[in-house]
This record gives sequence, C-alpha cells and structure tokens, in this order.
Amino acid sequence: MSSDLTTQNSSAILELNRREKNIWEKMMQIFGSNPSMAAGTIVFMFMVLIAIFANILFTGDPNEPHVKDRLQAPSSTYWFGTDFVGRDVYTRTILGTRISLLVGVTVSLISVSLAVVIGLLTGYYRKVDAVVMRIMDGLMAIPSILLAMALMALLGGSVQNVIVALTVVAVPRTVRVVRASVLSLREQMFVDAARAVGARTSRILFIHILPNTIAPLIVLATFLCAESVLIEAALSFFGAGTPADIPSWGSIMADGRRYISIAMWVVVLPGIFLTLTVLAINLAGDGLRDILDPKLRHRL
Amino acid sequence: MQGYIIRRMIATIPVVMVVMLFTFTLLRIAPGDPAALIAGVEATEEQIEAIRDSLGLNRPIHLQLFIFFRDSLIGDFGNSITSGKPVLELVIKRLVPTLSLAFLSEAFAVLLAVPMGVIAAWRANTWIDRSVMAFSTIGFSIPLFFLGFLMIILFGVKLHWFPVAGYVAPTEDFSRFLHRLIMPAFATGIVVMALIARMTRASMLEILREDYIRTARAKGLAEKMVLIRHALKNAALPIITVIGLGVAGLMSGLVVTESVFAIPGVGRLVVDAMVRRDYPVIQGAIVLISTTYVIVNLLVDLSYAYFDPRIRY
Repeated sequence: MSSDLTTQNSSAILELNRREKNIWEKMMQIFGSNPSMAAGTIVFMFMVLIAIFANILFTGDPNEPHVKDRLQAPSSTYWFGTDFVGRDVYTRTILGTRISLLVGVTVSLISVSLAVVIGLLTGYYRKVDAVVMRIMDGLMAIPSILLAMALMALLGGSVQNVIVALTVVAVPRTVRVVRASVLSLREQMFVDAARAVGARTSRILFIHILPNTIAPLIVLATFLCAESVLIEAALSFFGAGTPADIPSWGSIMADGRRYISIAMWVVVLPGIFLTLTVLAINLAGDGLRDILDPKLRHRL
Repeated sequence: MQGYIIRRMIATIPVVMVVMLFTFTLLRIAPGDPAALIAGVEATEEQIEAIRDSLGLNRPIHLQLFIFFRDSLIGDFGNSITSGKPVLELVIKRLVPTLSLAFLSEAFAVLLAVPMGVIAAWRANTWIDRSVMAFSTIGFSIPLFFLGFLMIILFGVKLHWFPVAGYVAPTEDFSRFLHRLIMPAFATGIVVMALIARMTRASMLEILREDYIRTARAKGLAEKMVLIRHALKNAALPIITVIGLGVAGLMSGLVVTESVFAIPGVGRLVVDAMVRRDYPVIQGAIVLISTTYVIVNLLVDLSYAYFDPRIRY
C-alpha cells in the first residue's frame, strides 16, 4: 500500500515536473520561433526592472543643478552628461522610465477595463449602442494629441491628469474593438443556447461573451500602452504633461532642444530610451497577436 | 449612388455635433471657475470678469450652447484672448504652411510606402520583406519629435543639407519654401508611411494568392504588369482606407512637427493656444481640424466606388 502511494506521489511529481517543463519549453519555443517578440519582451522587462530599481540606480537628486558643470558631455562623473542648468541627465532619464511605464501600463489597464464594460453593454443592447457609439465617433474624430492637450490645458499638469487625459483618448477605440467582437458573438449558437437554458443577461455577457473577447483585447492593450508612452512624452515635451519637478523623457528632451547643436546628448539619450521602450512594447504586441490571433498572422 | 452619398453626408453631422458639444462642455466641466483658469493666477478680478463677459460665461448654460452652435455654423468661433483677432482669421492665415506640409508628407508617404509594400509582398519572407517590416515597426515606434531632432542634428547641424528650422512663404521664394519643408514633411510622413507600407504588403499578399494572378502569369504577362495592373488595382481598397486613416495620424503629426521645426502653421497655433490657455482658439481649432478629418474620411468612403466598380450603393 505504502509503496503504491509512493509510486503515485512520485508519478504526480514527475507529471508536475513535466508540465512545468512543458510551459518553459513552450515559452522557449514561442520565443525561438519569434525572435523579435523575444527581443521586445526582454527589453521591456529590462525597462520594468530599471523603473522598479530606479532609486538604487540613480546617482543623486534629479533636480539638483550643478551650475559649474552645465552642458557637460557624457563622462565617468555624468554618464549621460548634464543639461543647461547642470542637472544630471542619467538620473533624470532613469527616473523618467518610471513615469513612462506607469502612465503606459495604467492607461492601458484602465481603458481596457472601462471599454469592456461599455463595449459589452453597447454591443448587447442596441438602444444604448446608437448614442454611445456616436459619442465615441466624435471623440475619435479629434486627433489624439490635440484631445489629450486640450484636456491637460484644463485639468492642469500632474501624473494623475495625464492618465485621465490619455484614458479619454484610448477608450473610444478600445470600445470599438470590444463592441465589434460582441456584435458577432451575440449571434453565435452558444449564446442562443445559454439564453435558451434561461441564463441571465449578466451571466451571458460576463461568462459566455467576455472570455471570447480577451485575445484581441490583450493585443490592443499592448499597443495602447505603447501609444500612451508616446503621447505622454509628447505632452511633457510641450510642457503640458507631468509637472516640471518630476523628470519625464519628453520634458528632458524639451529642456535640451535649444542646445541641440552643442549638447545633443540631452535630447538623444532619453530619446533612445523612449524609442527602445515603445519599440519593445510594439514587438511584444506583434508577437502576441501572432499567437493569440493566428488568422491575422499572415496579414499584418 | 446619389442616395448613398447623401446618407453618408448626413451621417457625418452627428459626429461633428459631438465634437462641438465636447469642446463646449470641456471648458464648463473643468474644475474651478473657467474664466479664472483662462486668466491665470496673476489676473485681477476685473480681468476675470472681462473674460467671463467676452466668453458669455455669465449667460444661462442652454443659451451659451445655442449661441455656440449658431455662431460655429457661420464660422464664428469668437476672438482669441491673447491677440483679440477672430479665431477663423487666425486659422486661415496659417493654412498655407500646414496644408503644404500635409500634402508633401502624404505624397512622400504614398509614393514611397506603396512601392515598398508591393515589393515586400512580391518578395515575401526574404530580407527585402523583413527590412520593410522592420522599417515599418520602427516608424511606428519612434517619437516624431525625436525623429525631427535626429534629422535636425544629422541633415541640419552636421551635413548642412537643410536649414535647421524655420519657414519661408511660397510667395517670397518658392524654392527656399520647398527646401525648408522637405525635412519636416519627411519626418511627419514616416508614421503614415509605416502604416501604408504594412497595409499594402498585407493586402497584396492576399491578392497574389488569387487564381487570376496565376492566370495572368500563365499567359505570359510581364511581372510588372501582373503586379501593378492585376494585383495592386485589386489590393487598392484597404490601402486607400489606410491612407484616409493616416490623415488622423498626419494631423497629430503636424502639431508636433510644426513646433519642432518652427513652422507657423495651424498645429503651432493650437500648441501656443494650449500653453496660453487661449480657449476660443483651442475650441475653434479642434472643431475645424476634426471637421476636416471627418470630411476626408467621407471622401475616402465615397472614392471606393470609383476604385472598385464592383461596388454599387
């Protein structure tokens, strides 16, 4: 009996090991077959680590002016050089990672959650649909950066307000994606079947329809994250984003624009961080789309 | 067909009305007194009262809404708070640089991206295809203002091929006008180029698998003919849709490029207005820019029948 149990246990452990190995192997397989997705994911994770450990990585106060060392080129003291008031560009760039990722990730999470609720309701109830979708169409007709800037001009510069403004920009398009999936799903046989056995509308919406919209939403969330990082940088570049004492890649670059011919590092180095981050998120998103939506694999 | 055109035109009215309603509401739902917000922290009570009066903020809200819609319909968006000039006049004055830049950017984008997409699909899964896709992914990812700076550093500061920034009116010196627009137009066009190249490739890939392409090749047609006459013509619809969608990206792009390259266009006007909280200008410019976008998309929709005679409405 006891030997039976031991055999059972060990076979269970073996099975577990096999499964774990399978997940690991599967991930390696996915990354192996899609090297650009692997590269994107690795760079993104690297940026996340920088954001988390920014306090350990930076060398001092990001706003402290070293007046004697203004516009210094990158050196062993100032790795990324200094700007026109002598602030350390490395410290500011590392701290800027935090703002960009915080804004990108939060905006995509909030807008996807909001869009799920609005999209499910509009897709399912035709009466709500007409009104809500006209509002969404109107918001989508305003170029995203103008909409974000107009909101920021009224709300005032703060990280929370940037998140609010970018969510308003992102929600309409996300609602469209959810609604389009819901419109086709609600005509499917399994929804009829659920209705026939007397399932409540909330159950049909959240248990039967919602899980089927997840795949395109995950892909969309990555692209929203990339776009939010870009628009946040543009807002800060125009002085309409985060407050001046919180370094953001866009504002660091704006500070360097007048001295571009003599101190290009102030613009170029944060710019490289920004481009790499957005590129990484886009590559990871492309890879996710290939995996989650195989129909699109050969199309875009 | 006529019925369809009229129906599509009517469908744009609610969209523009939502944009107008949104810009109207924006100022009124802002936290605090909107007049004080516009006047700034150092304004006196009289200045705030003057702004409130000029914007009609002391009238009942339904009357404000009615007046706003009525005036907007005849193009009266009020006067700028900083310069005192009518908003419409300010926008019209700056149309030439913006429209020329938009036209040049779109031309760059279409002329380069369509051949790129066609060749990428024709030589699918080769290094050419992969380079086009890599270019397009980078085009999506690089922030426009950063690209602008890189071009300024390389072509302006280092190579001296183009002036670093600035604008010359076409009436003053046409060749200098063009010379100064090339760099900003190319930068603005990159995002649209990335989008069009991807869509052209995707659309062509699907068409190239069709039987009639095999037939065309089998009857011995030159490959160039097959690609352009038979494939590209049939792949045109999604490409045109994307060119239309690209106009939205272009409009956002112009706001950024005009600031980076110091071009006195509509985008620059809006950015300056946002910084100064010149609300009538913000409001008027948003309504006008969005209406342009809606009209462009309407034209794209209506052009489908021309490009694909199978479509009958």
